[in-house]
Amino acid sequence: MKKIEVIQNILEANETIARRNQRLLDGHNVFAINIMSSPGAGKTSLIQQILTRLKGRLNIAVIEGDVASTVDAEKVQSDAKAVIQINTRNMPESCSLMAAMIESALKDIPLDDIDLLLIENVGNLICPSEFTLGEHKRVVISSLPEGDDKPIKYPLIFIDADAVIINKMDLLSYVDFDIAAFRHCVAGLNPKAEIFELSCKTDEGIERWCSWILAKVKSNATKQ
Amino acid sequence: MHEFGVTENIVNIAVAKADEAQASKIIQINLVVGEMAGFVPDCIQFYFDSLSKDTTAQGAMLHFELVPTQLRCRNCSTIFQPKDTLWSCPKCRSQSIELSKGREFYIESMEVE
Repeated sequence: MKKIEVIQNILEANETIARRNQRLLDGHNVFAINIMSSPGAGKTSLIQQILTRLKGRLNIAVIEGDVASTVDAEKVQSDAKAVIQINTRNMPESCSLMAAMIESALKDIPLDDIDLLLIENVGNLICPSEFTLGEHKRVVISSLPEGDDKPIKYPLIFIDADAVIINKMDLLSYVDFDIAAFRHCVAGLNPKAEIFELSCKTDEGIERWCSWILAKVKSNATKQ
Repeated sequence: MHEFGVTENIVNIAVAKADEAQASKIIQINLVVGEMAGFVPDCIQFYFDSLSKDTTAQGAMLHFELVPTQLRCRNCSTIFQPKDTLWSCPKCRSQSIELSKGREFYIESMEVE
């Protein structure tokens, strides 16, 4: 019997495909955002808002990840240049999108006609934090009814986020959500994350958020 | 929840490394898993038994070295382990904290014959 040294990251297979996805996207000048949150925090509503606001300025494709159904894909169908629904129910992993799923979805997206790819991950604050997809930015949404303790309970997803959105600001007077405590906790975990307060229902804060996207898409395009 | 795919990766890596070493059988795989990494050893073991069937990894023991979460205060550089869910520095009370250990997830070594 002999001992052999291995030292190999077990997630490397996913990360290799993710890097390949990003190279493909960069080759076509497509900027990709991975949108993550718990179920019901407003991922689809946020995508609908982005589609409405940036229509005519950016050509946008959407990848919808859900365990089952096409309800989200139907909601965003009319304003997106392309919509691909991934159902993870029959896949070995159903709790998160993985780079290989994105690689296969990208084959059905006319990348030359797209500036921005929005990827709606499966509603979950744990599993998506382990898997990169090839995105340029990672965005996490927390909504007021969920409570302000999510960064304490699920730190990893916040540690890796480029932007954190506090959604459903219109409910502020009805729920006990301490905005300052939430911001303090996110900033402690991840000082680089930009924080946006908004409401997909009332449009509050949407303009600022869409400006952030536009700026990021533009600076990525100049880099290519 | 997502251990099936990662266990598949473990089997693939182990079998490839055993081939490289011209080994015919893998006796033990030593894995390093951080406390914060979202992977459950029992689930990995469960999938491993079926995914390794008919490979050189069949029957191999999985040994998990668990790495406790270790935090570092960005303010005063104190290294500490979290006492509760809210991460704050025991020395200066700052909540500007980075994770220095606990996300590991790799195969460290294997015993083969």
